[in-house]
Amino acid sequence: MSKSQTWGIVAEFDSASAIYQAAEKTMANGYQRVDAHTPFPVHGLDKALRQGPSPLGWLVICCGFSGICLAQLMMWWMNGHDYVIWTSGKLPYAWQSTIPVTFECMVLLSGFGAVFGMFGLNRLPRLHHPIFQHATFWRVTDDRFFLSIEATDPKFDRTQTVRFLESIGGKHVAVVEDIQ
Amino acid sequence: MTAPSLQQLAPHVVSKVKEGDLAKAQMGLLGVGAVLIGAAWATGSGDKSFVWSYLVGYMGVLGICLGALAFVMIQHITRSGWSVVLRRTAENIAGALPLMLLLFVPILIYFDDVFSHWVHANVDQVTHAAIPPDDPRFDTILDGKKAWLNKPFFLVRVAIYFAVWIGLALVFRRGSLKQDETGNPEINLKLSRVAAPGLLLFALATTFASFDWIMSLDPHWFSTIFGLAYFAGGYMAFFAYLILLMRWLGTQGYLKDAVTTEHFHDLGKLLFAFMVFWTYTNFSQYMLIWYANLPEETAWYAHRAHGGWGVIGMVLVIGHFFFPFAFLMSRHVKRNPIALAFGAIFLLVIHCLDMQFLILPNHHHEPVAGEGGAPAVAAEHTSGIADYLAHMHWADFGCFIGILAMVTGFVLMNIRRSNLLPTRDPRLAESLHFQNI
Repeated sequence: MSKSQTWGIVAEFDSASAIYQAAEKTMANGYQRVDAHTPFPVHGLDKALRQGPSPLGWLVICCGFSGICLAQLMMWWMNGHDYVIWTSGKLPYAWQSTIPVTFECMVLLSGFGAVFGMFGLNRLPRLHHPIFQHATFWRVTDDRFFLSIEATDPKFDRTQTVRFLESIGGKHVAVVEDIQ
Repeated sequence: MTAPSLQQLAPHVVSKVKEGDLAKAQMGLLGVGAVLIGAAWATGSGDKSFVWSYLVGYMGVLGICLGALAFVMIQHITRSGWSVVLRRTAENIAGALPLMLLLFVPILIYFDDVFSHWVHANVDQVTHAAIPPDDPRFDTILDGKKAWLNKPFFLVRVAIYFAVWIGLALVFRRGSLKQDETGNPEINLKLSRVAAPGLLLFALATTFASFDWIMSLDPHWFSTIFGLAYFAGGYMAFFAYLILLMRWLGTQGYLKDAVTTEHFHDLGKLLFAFMVFWTYTNFSQYMLIWYANLPEETAWYAHRAHGGWGVIGMVLVIGHFFFPFAFLMSRHVKRNPIALAFGAIFLLVIHCLDMQFLILPNHHHEPVAGEGGAPAVAAEHTSGIADYLAHMHWADFGCFIGILAMVTGFVLMNIRRSNLLPTRDPRLAESLHFQNI
């Protein structure tokens, strides 16, 4: 048996400036769990939606630092402790020769942190999302802009919110169900 | 078809410096610069000879002017939109290269002192007779480099380098100024076509100039990455200088509404990037020499481990990399005008110290083991900061400040004569509304 519950309300807009103004009005109206879906990045939209800074940077710096430590630990263990080989009069564990590997490990783990951190923070990968059920949402990758207000928003109301989104110029305003 | 002008796009932005405004600053900077250079000349003597301090300052400031020229060409070749509001100022800084040609004269006057290591190679100091090849004093390596390291060809090369730099600086500045009048967008296409071979010529001229004017101070030594490492430091210093100049123009009421936090943020990113690039090139040079451990290559670093230069090397590692890396990493710092200006001033001082590290040890180093048959340096030889302070002359910083002041005065003259930004560039609107994502 499939169980259905309301996910949120989605409205369509024609242009980048229309969705920008709609986002500002929605936030000014006191809605909190609002998101915008656009075919390309719209400058300032994150500010209009009052989104805080992403924590991804901190994740990346932690991963990068782990990369430095892991690389040093690896080289200290292999070259300086477990299997020492003296070559050309250099110390087996000399800082000069460890820099390139340390740098590469830092970059590698930072890259992992950035990509997989982004996946994690966005709860990806997922194959389906309730918003896809909106009738015209497929145009989000082409030429339409969408604003969604989720059902978990404290101000959410099936009739009032629909009316509000229509009043600020939204088209095809529809309640989207989350079918499980 | 012409692009919309600044008047149409942003009527509130002042496009030209008011008649007579900034004149005091211009004359003051030219005067202060001349006085500082004169004082350096008057107080320098013997071990603390003027021309070495002058070469430090000259190469430090030349890197900034060359960085400006490279910046202009890269903006054209990449057809950048964000940087249009900054480009005229960069063109004006590159426009100071004719002054740099004039300021090269003292180096020519003291030519035999600065380049004494190779200009008198295989010539007896007393009799001025040529040393025969079977003489133990005969320097085979310098004899082999004779074709490049000789005075007439050196002077020809000076002319070629400046012809390339000044020629390119004039082409790009004049094209841009012409567009202010005609509004012809074709000029951008033409300049982007000039920028490609222009950058190639620029890279060759800059590389060989750094070989001639810094690397040849130690004529036995060689490093193929040297030109790039010099350019990396200069390009970084250019961004630091541009940040400070734009900030100052802002306080004078110019370009405040055109050059926004977004542009400063991007300049901060480039400052950070080329600070790291300097580290990358310098470490590449150091590590390969350390690995190969060949005496003819390691001698250069051996000079810089003595006479206090070891400490300066560590200061560079921290001050040219670790500290600014941590400091400039955050976007909040790059978007904060005071923090960014501090970072820029700090890196300009470090840039001057970098030039000292490249140039001065060849002047007042003591011979190291093996060099010219010298005995090994005694173990009790001190190598602390006190050694550096004992050898240094105030002009090692004073000449850099003096030449930078003169160049800034000259740049202000350029700024006062032209529009403050390319008023009819087709990408001006994009630049005025530029936002970081």
